[in-house]
Amino acid sequence: MTTAITVSGLVKTYGRTRALDGLDLTVAQGEVHGFLGPNGAGKSTTIRVLLGLLRADSGTARLLGGDPWRDAVELHRRLAYVPGDVTLWRNLTGGETIDLLGRLRGGLDQDRRAELLERFELDPTKKGRSYSKGNRQKVALVAAFSSDVELLVLDEPTSGLDPLMEEVFRACVAEERERGRTVLLSSHILSEVEALCDRVSIIRAGRTVETGTLAELRHLTRTSIEAELASVPTGLAGLPGVYDAEVRGGRLRCQVETGQLDALLRQLTSAGVRSLVSRPPTLEELFLRHYQADGASESGGGAGSGGGSGGSGGSDGGDRRDEGERVRP
Amino acid sequence: MNSLAGTGTLLRLALRRDRIMLPAWVYVLTAAAVSTAYSFGRLYATAAAREQFAAGMNTNSSLRALYGPVYDASLGGLTAWRMGAFGALLAGLMSILLVVRHTRAEEEDGRLELVGAGAVGRRAPLTAALLAALSANLLLAVLVTAGLAVLGQPLGGAAAFGSALAACGLVFAGVAAVTAQVAETGRAANGAAGAVLGAAFVLRAAGDSAADSANSTTGRLSWLSPIGWAEQVRPFASDRWWVVALGLLTACLLAAAAYVLVGHRDLGAGLLPQRPGPANAAPALRTHLALAWRLQRGTLYGWCAAFAVAGAVFGGVAGGVASLIGDNRQVSDILRRIGGQQAISDAYLATILGLLGMVAAVYAVQSVQRLRGEELGGRAEPVLATAVSRTAWAGGHLLFPLLGSAALLTIGGLTAGLTSGASLGNLPGHLGSLLGGALVQLPAVWLAAGVTLALLGLRPRWTSAGWGVLAAFLVIGWLGPVLRFGRPILDLSPFTHLPHLPGGAFDLQPLLWLTALAAALAVSGLAALRRRDLD
Repeated sequence: MTTAITVSGLVKTYGRTRALDGLDLTVAQGEVHGFLGPNGAGKSTTIRVLLGLLRADSGTARLLGGDPWRDAVELHRRLAYVPGDVTLWRNLTGGETIDLLGRLRGGLDQDRRAELLERFELDPTKKGRSYSKGNRQKVALVAAFSSDVELLVLDEPTSGLDPLMEEVFRACVAEERERGRTVLLSSHILSEVEALCDRVSIIRAGRTVETGTLAELRHLTRTSIEAELASVPTGLAGLPGVYDAEVRGGRLRCQVETGQLDALLRQLTSAGVRSLVSRPPTLEELFLRHYQADGASESGGGAGSGGGSGGSGGSDGGDRRDEGERVRP
Repeated sequence: MNSLAGTGTLLRLALRRDRIMLPAWVYVLTAAAVSTAYSFGRLYATAAAREQFAAGMNTNSSLRALYGPVYDASLGGLTAWRMGAFGALLAGLMSILLVVRHTRAEEEDGRLELVGAGAVGRRAPLTAALLAALSANLLLAVLVTAGLAVLGQPLGGAAAFGSALAACGLVFAGVAAVTAQVAETGRAANGAAGAVLGAAFVLRAAGDSAADSANSTTGRLSWLSPIGWAEQVRPFASDRWWVVALGLLTACLLAAAAYVLVGHRDLGAGLLPQRPGPANAAPALRTHLALAWRLQRGTLYGWCAAFAVAGAVFGGVAGGVASLIGDNRQVSDILRRIGGQQAISDAYLATILGLLGMVAAVYAVQSVQRLRGEELGGRAEPVLATAVSRTAWAGGHLLFPLLGSAALLTIGGLTAGLTSGASLGNLPGHLGSLLGGALVQLPAVWLAAGVTLALLGLRPRWTSAGWGVLAAFLVIGWLGPVLRFGRPILDLSPFTHLPHLPGGAFDLQPLLWLTALAAALAVSGLAALRRRDLD
């Protein structure tokens, strides 16, 4: 595959804090890549390095075959950027800002612009100071989506958008992918990532902790199993990768590492399966695991209340994702 | 009194937020007044020396334009003369910044909305801001009075001087209260009130320079200016308290007007309705240069208008200046021996052009600071994420300190040349010599801008220290000649090195090395800006 973005061992320090601590990121051409991590993990810092706004202390970064710092101007003709918190010039209208940003990038598609204004229900005649947060975000999105570029760098682009506009945004990203454009999407909205992204990278404290397709990532976590069996199962405790097994008569509940699923099922079928509910790990579980893992104390309050991925918390995420596969023998 | 609910809390909030800034303003103003009195005491120890100094000052119309006439040759009287106009100007500036900061700027940033959702009356924010301004000015009056009294000056005069400064501060608190209702942004409210302050200073200067020193009747123009009133209190000479009362009355009327206006508008809105703008950008708005022009042109227009008016007013009184000094036989004899009547008006005009140069430096530094404002406001990032290099982005904005300040000085020089030529004769000659005299200021203006740009590139967090450096230049230029600063200190300011035109000898050398120094600072600033992280 050709890569649009290759970052390896990126380090950026501010005084004593290491904002990036050996970060790796690979984005293939033509894919929508989710870029995830808790607040302060270094997502925006990485993006600012990729845009040549910051200079990394060490490590390498390549963007569209060029050096993001040295070739900034040339590369910027080929990409569009939407920051997470858009600030507009107070006395320029939204329409003027869209045109200006597009022209500074090397031109924009007027038909596409008109169509996007319509779809995002944005009034381009208002002055920058009078737009709400969501509308400021839309100004930057319209400017980015109507530019003819190879790469879109979107840093939490949907903050402040209402659910309807969020839908429009998703449709736009899907269209960009169909046109063969590459998208780097930093986001906190898991459903958005799940719906849009081909691959994701999860970073924490300036390091990449996981990268791959969602299916691959799921593989690394535990599936929860509920089974009704003909006889009381034996030997479950000895199986590697099975956790929190709870047997009551013929009913079994447990968590199993996805890699060990096969071994567990073999054991169960030998006991005679009457019904089986297997629930793949939800994204929340996946992320909470990475967000919190061995740093639970540092992420503290908010995220901690969701419970870990293991243990009895496994069923918490279940009501969000109820497409558990039912297998009847 | 429902509409005033919450005023006390808001006032405490305002004083808490300004706990560093307000005491700093009051301290600097008080310290300036007291140290001026102290310096005069050391420099002119005897009454005879002070009398002689005062007589000399009163016959020099260009110095009178700067500082106003001397009404009393006591230590207190000289301090009131020296610090009167300047102190009143600064008290006005302090009050404007204070009132706008707690009214329109809060509203614009949306914080007032948060506050307004609490049990806070409609008029409470304005009242709290005005009370904060009242407290600051009262404190200033008390401290200045105490400071001068401690130095052994009569208490009545000291109190009159302190009150004169505070009254001027309060008038401009009222002006800012009104502009904060009319304008929609804090910047515009500050700008409008600042324009009134600038006009007041120009009117006072023009009136004072035209005044006949022999019998101390002031030009009528000074009476149009609240800064002129501060002088007309004549502390230590006649302590005219009714002029203080005139200021307080004006402040009350302005505040009342602001209260009427506040009742007639929505939160966040100005008095002027908001109109929709163009849905598409004009074809010309396609480069970083066009963007910089669009962002900075309004400010430049305002400054151009101010320079046109200031040049015309100062130039217009040049004729009067020459003839007035001519009446004073002793001084005019000396001056005639040096260079004739021509020399008198030339010296005056050169002083005025020097003043315009220093004010143009304020514009230049302000327009360099705009770059930092764009960077910190997050508006540089989207531009730099397009095909615009940092040098190009900065360069677009830097045309304003470079050429905008040249435009200001050209306009100021030409209007001064027009009016002085009309009153003194020889119009083409005056146009040429005053344009030249204005333009020689440029290297010093650029140097002030260059210092700020170097800071912006090399020490971005210290960018606002560019204002401090400029302030040092202005203080040296302002206080240096009268307080007899030593040569090494005077030499620190680039304005010291400029040829005094018209009248003085033209010397190219300082202009060249000042320009070279400014260019070196600018280049190093730009080079560092290219290499550093963007905040």
